[in-house]
Amino acid sequence: MTSLLKLEAISLRFGGIIALNKVSLAVAENSITAIIGPNGAGKTTLFNCITGFYRAQEGRILLQKEQKQTDLVALLGGSIKFSEGPLKGLRKFIYGLFGGTHLVARSGVARTFQNIRLFAEMTVVENLLIAQHRQLNRNLLAGFLNLPGYRKSEARALAKAYEWLDIIGLGALANSPAGALSYGNQRRLEIARAMCINPRLICLDEPAAGLNPRETDELSVLIKRLRDEFHVTVLVIEHDMSLVMSISDHIVVLNYGEVIAKGSPKEVQADPRVLAAYLGTDEE
Amino acid sequence: MSRRPVSRTMLLSLFAALITLILTGPLSGLVLNGYDFTTRFAAPLQIAAMVLILRFIAGLLPASWLAPKQKHEVEPRAPRFKTYQLVLGGLVLYLALASLVLFASKYWLAVGIMALIYVLLGLGLNVVVGFAGLLDLGFVGFYAVGAYGYALGHQYLGLGFWAAIPLAALLAGMFGMILGFPVLRMHGDYLAIVTLGFGEIIRLVLNNWMAFTGGPNGVDAPAPTFFGWEFKANVTQGGVPFHEVWGLEYSSGMLDAFIFLVLLAVVGLTLYAVSRLRGMPIGRAWEALREDEIACRSLGLNHVWTKLSAFAMGASIGGVAGVFFAASQGFVSPISFSFFESALVLAIVVLGGLGSVYGVILAALFLTLMPEVLREFADYRILIFGFAMVLIMIWRPRGIIQQRRPFFKRAGS
Repeated sequence: MTSLLKLEAISLRFGGIIALNKVSLAVAENSITAIIGPNGAGKTTLFNCITGFYRAQEGRILLQKEQKQTDLVALLGGSIKFSEGPLKGLRKFIYGLFGGTHLVARSGVARTFQNIRLFAEMTVVENLLIAQHRQLNRNLLAGFLNLPGYRKSEARALAKAYEWLDIIGLGALANSPAGALSYGNQRRLEIARAMCINPRLICLDEPAAGLNPRETDELSVLIKRLRDEFHVTVLVIEHDMSLVMSISDHIVVLNYGEVIAKGSPKEVQADPRVLAAYLGTDEE
Repeated sequence: MSRRPVSRTMLLSLFAALITLILTGPLSGLVLNGYDFTTRFAAPLQIAAMVLILRFIAGLLPASWLAPKQKHEVEPRAPRFKTYQLVLGGLVLYLALASLVLFASKYWLAVGIMALIYVLLGLGLNVVVGFAGLLDLGFVGFYAVGAYGYALGHQYLGLGFWAAIPLAALLAGMFGMILGFPVLRMHGDYLAIVTLGFGEIIRLVLNNWMAFTGGPNGVDAPAPTFFGWEFKANVTQGGVPFHEVWGLEYSSGMLDAFIFLVLLAVVGLTLYAVSRLRGMPIGRAWEALREDEIACRSLGLNHVWTKLSAFAMGASIGGVAGVFFAASQGFVSPISFSFFESALVLAIVVLGGLGSVYGVILAALFLTLMPEVLREFADYRILIFGFAMVLIMIWRPRGIIQQRRPFFKRAGS
């Protein structure tokens, strides 16, 4: 299997704290890869680097797209250096104003958040329509006059939104405010919203946090469907070990910003370094 | 329905009266007389007695009467009318309102024009504050750009009324973008302060750039024409007088009637556009940006363009309102664009209900017509005006008309 996403020696420091230290990993296409590790290991920081919310200070993040490779770090623009001259600096400045995180999302990386970030005052179906913004007819005049092209594009988006609502079982709540949904439904809606941008890779940040056992089971079914039915690659951070072990093809263990183990669930479970990181070791 | 004990109500009423006495006593009880003053005890006591009685009556009412009447969420519901019914209704409404020019006096026409201008301003600010959630206290700056754009455009470039409308919209939109850049990373209070400063900068430039804008003396704005017809007694812009073409007797209300009709049409169109915006991708993106900017970015929305487009769209509507203001007054000066105007427009948007298009119209009419209706009460009208605003905010904290979200029906059902 080819790898869809490749991290090459990613490093990120916050002041004196090394949050990520030369993290390298590969995510195979059409796989479910889990990132686990104790609290503060740098899992969410790694996610923020991949999805463009932080800019990795060293290393490359390569997304394989058909025959083309995109460096997600380079998409975020560079810092302006005086030695480069004013023209290049200006170009970087303008890029910095308009470029950024959303370009990473457009190149096919979707994500959900640890603390759910839905558009709470808007309705459930509107949340899914916003995610399809890029695929819609955004011409102002066409919208004001309700031209056929505009109507068609809206109808297509609406059909897709309802398709996803049926998948996550929220069809009946389509027109109620997203903020009024139960916690489990909000989690599922956020996944559906991320899927509506047609991603190649979806990054789920603790999708099972706060769910009851039944909801967790439904979630594992949904995540497997994302891979098998919709052919997206799933990268997931999760603390629920039974969920992680049951769904993942590949597991990466982080501790103190470094990769300490990677492999299949079986291999990782047996790895003494992983046990040490989670349970501590005896003083020798 | 629970009743509060009467003795407690009495105590609270006495307390309210005492506070009133302390607050208004010096204001109403002391009358300046040269360098000396005389004391009047009757006025403050009367006011305090009034407060005592009103507070007591309010205390005897069931508590639920005074509670806010709005729930936080309003369920969207399927539209009740078809599009052609709405268009037809709009046309009938336009004709009904347009027929007002046949009966209304010149005074009421002028009041009507001001009311419609505030409706337009409210709709513009509603895009920025209500949809995109960007608190803008300098909205009057764009209003000024529109008004001065028309007056100065005529003075220097010979622009007419009809050319000025789109150009002022464009110019004000550009100013909106210019304001947008430095405030891209700001939210809430910080944004409010910067926009406040922006509005003041525009007013101060207009006030002090004597050579270009005429400073505090202001600039004359030409009266609008319609295909060469002029609505003045004497032709000044090389057209023909309207009343001579139609064999009518000249009346000074004709100009106001004309402006009223055009403005009414512009307000109608803006209303249509703004209410459509909510269901359009760009309107949704604005609202999403208000709800959560980080989530927007994670979905591939360019938050910079989205923000700038909201500023530009709101500002251009404000610019058009400015053109009509200049045209109806025949003269613009920086005094008309003080911070008070921004505050009034913001009050219209908040009172009407953030994001609610029809609420904004009601609030604009209320806030502009009410002071005129109350003109006979002279000194007390601002007091009554303020009192009404407080009451509305108590009973309907989310605005006179709370916005309902657009409803999306499943296809084929």
